[in-house]
Amino acid sequence: MADILEEVTGSEYKYGFTSDIEMDTAPIGLNESIIRFISEKKNEPAWMLEYRLKAYSKWLTMKEPKHWPHVSYPEIDFQNIIYYAAPKLKKELASLDEVDPELLKTFEKLGISLEEQKRLTGVQSNIAVDAVIDSVSVKTTFKETLAEKGIIFCSFSEAVQEHPELVRKYMGTVVPYTDNFYAALNSAVFTDGSFCYIPKGVRCPMELSTYFRINASGTGQFERTLIIADEGAYVSYLEGCTAPMRDENQLHAAVVEIIAHKNAEVKYSTVQNWYPGDKDGKGGIYNFVTKRGICLEDNSKISWTQVETGSAVTWKYPSVILKGNNSVGEFYSVAVTNHHQQADTGTKMIHIGRNTRSTIVSKGISAGLSNNSYRGLVKIHKGAKNARNFSQCDSLLMGDKCGAHTFPYIEIKDQSAIVEHEATTSKIGEDQLFYCKQRGIDTEKAIALIVNGYCKEVFNQLPMEFAVEAQKLLAVSLEGSVG
Amino acid sequence: MISIKNLHASIDGKEILKGFNLEVNAGEVHAIMGPNGSGKSTLASVLAGREDYEVTDGKVVFNNKDLLEMSPEDRAREGLFLAFQYPVEIPGVSNINFLKTAITEIRQYKGLPPLEAKDFLKLVKDKQAMVELQGSLANRSVNEGFSGGEKKRNEIFQMAMLEPSLAILDETDSGLDIDALRIVAGGVNKLRSSNRSFIVITHYQRLLDYIVPDFVHVMYNGQIVKTGTKELALELESKGYDWIKKETEQAI
Repeated sequence: MADILEEVTGSEYKYGFTSDIEMDTAPIGLNESIIRFISEKKNEPAWMLEYRLKAYSKWLTMKEPKHWPHVSYPEIDFQNIIYYAAPKLKKELASLDEVDPELLKTFEKLGISLEEQKRLTGVQSNIAVDAVIDSVSVKTTFKETLAEKGIIFCSFSEAVQEHPELVRKYMGTVVPYTDNFYAALNSAVFTDGSFCYIPKGVRCPMELSTYFRINASGTGQFERTLIIADEGAYVSYLEGCTAPMRDENQLHAAVVEIIAHKNAEVKYSTVQNWYPGDKDGKGGIYNFVTKRGICLEDNSKISWTQVETGSAVTWKYPSVILKGNNSVGEFYSVAVTNHHQQADTGTKMIHIGRNTRSTIVSKGISAGLSNNSYRGLVKIHKGAKNARNFSQCDSLLMGDKCGAHTFPYIEIKDQSAIVEHEATTSKIGEDQLFYCKQRGIDTEKAIALIVNGYCKEVFNQLPMEFAVEAQKLLAVSLEGSVG
Repeated sequence: MISIKNLHASIDGKEILKGFNLEVNAGEVHAIMGPNGSGKSTLASVLAGREDYEVTDGKVVFNNKDLLEMSPEDRAREGLFLAFQYPVEIPGVSNINFLKTAITEIRQYKGLPPLEAKDFLKLVKDKQAMVELQGSLANRSVNEGFSGGEKKRNEIFQMAMLEPSLAILDETDSGLDIDALRIVAGGVNKLRSSNRSFIVITHYQRLLDYIVPDFVHVMYNGQIVKTGTKELALELESKGYDWIKKETEQAI
């Protein structure tokens, strides 16, 4: 019976196809002229180029964080990456008909509709999509509908052109280019991503989503996203991502910044499904991401929900700075690793304002030969009166060749704080499996049932259609994890 | 219904079942009693298909099919139900969702479409009433935070929902107070029918006051050593098992 959990076979990654799209790329490697090349391609104003160059010179002085994350991978040769790759587009697309049909097909295959009358995954929903392929955004839907309410939802590049005052005001205020190695690299070479601004008192009437796709070989994707919720605004934002199956490792180094003003709320959900590499650990995406939000003013709320199933190596800590009084930060995470995947993920909750509250629920699932670490920091600054944190970190092991690790850090500078931390580690029990089978449920379905039950608290936080997707994804990721 | 012939099974190289024979016809209730370590729970596990046990010899025919050839889930789908001695907890999975999955799988096996939501909910309501299970328990996670009595009642509720042709109750009475025992037995009695059989494994005669068996078997050292009617259970209650052990050893 013990060997039932041992046999590890391959699981299918169904988004591993490549698309033959005519591409416009930068020369391989990284130097100042590449950065100028990118900036010029995007027709950027001088201040933006200056920002990039400052970030680049800072990056040159920084070292890759290799000692503290609980992951290992070969040295990345930053000169062996293409930093800009874009599908060749005609200028000024008047309608979807002008988009390369191959590109449309790509998104159709991914279940993402770029036609506004169609609905994602066939479920009755209302989602505006920004589709980013490699280095550029190819299409943003529902822009006009949103504009009626004063909502700006467009690609980052477009925001730089159309709303430079907003970009200049907020960019780098939450994640400065000095923040860390990958944030500095991103600030120097970022290519595209989404920009979203919800004006005062507006509740965004639909889910906003960005879909990231790495397509070209040998490229890195450096996504930059900025979300601003002005006073009393609300937005729910979704992010999805996939990549072709390739033998090489590809780098995805994103920066996401969220700003919530007084009484504003931002809900950010990710289903991360980058190609994880094959079952022998060959290929896959390196996902080194800096995501951070700031509850800038009183009574604001930022909530991160992530379902991480992809990538060969993940390094990601969506965080919240709770600056405003009574502000709320939440982090709900399911991280699944199988085969040779490695994940070091968690969150930081930085309490500065009074009566700030944060909740952390982290569910790690390790299978195969993978390693899954939770790394979290709860920091209560002096003067953060009556701050409260509740953290729950659970690990589920499938089989006996995988690892689960927890690195919780707590720094408390104010005596009035209440911080609670709970952690559990469990194994999918053979007793549980047998119990399900005795009721007529086969092994695969039993595992899906048990794992979904384990992740329920997190899935409950996801928008409906995303939750359904996440459950399915989890089942695929763990396919073949038991014999 | 089920025919067990010369069944031998071992765990970690140690033989537990040593030529076990039993015939159960449709509609019959057979009680299996016996001292600790006689192999009663092993019998239940082997019939349900737990893989820790190795079947070394014998044949089991269930509804005209070779039971030992079937996977545990197919045995369940064919109508074999085990009420566990220690029901496991499955956090985050509601009883309802669990049962809906099970029923859908069983129906699919039989080539039937899934039950309509409203038919399923009606079934839940009816069966809950039958085993006197509170509505809230059905919506809670499978066995999570249930008391010992609630877990056993939940097993009977699941049995009522899945409508098996053969139910094996593995010491369902252990750890029950007299009220819970009455409710559990009441549930079983309501499920008795001419096309459903029961194998009731128990240590105590007490349960058999409520579930009156057609046959009582005494198991010792991996075999049935004595068979009788419900009077045998009473005799065991007053005399203990020692006389049976002696009888058996003398016979050898």
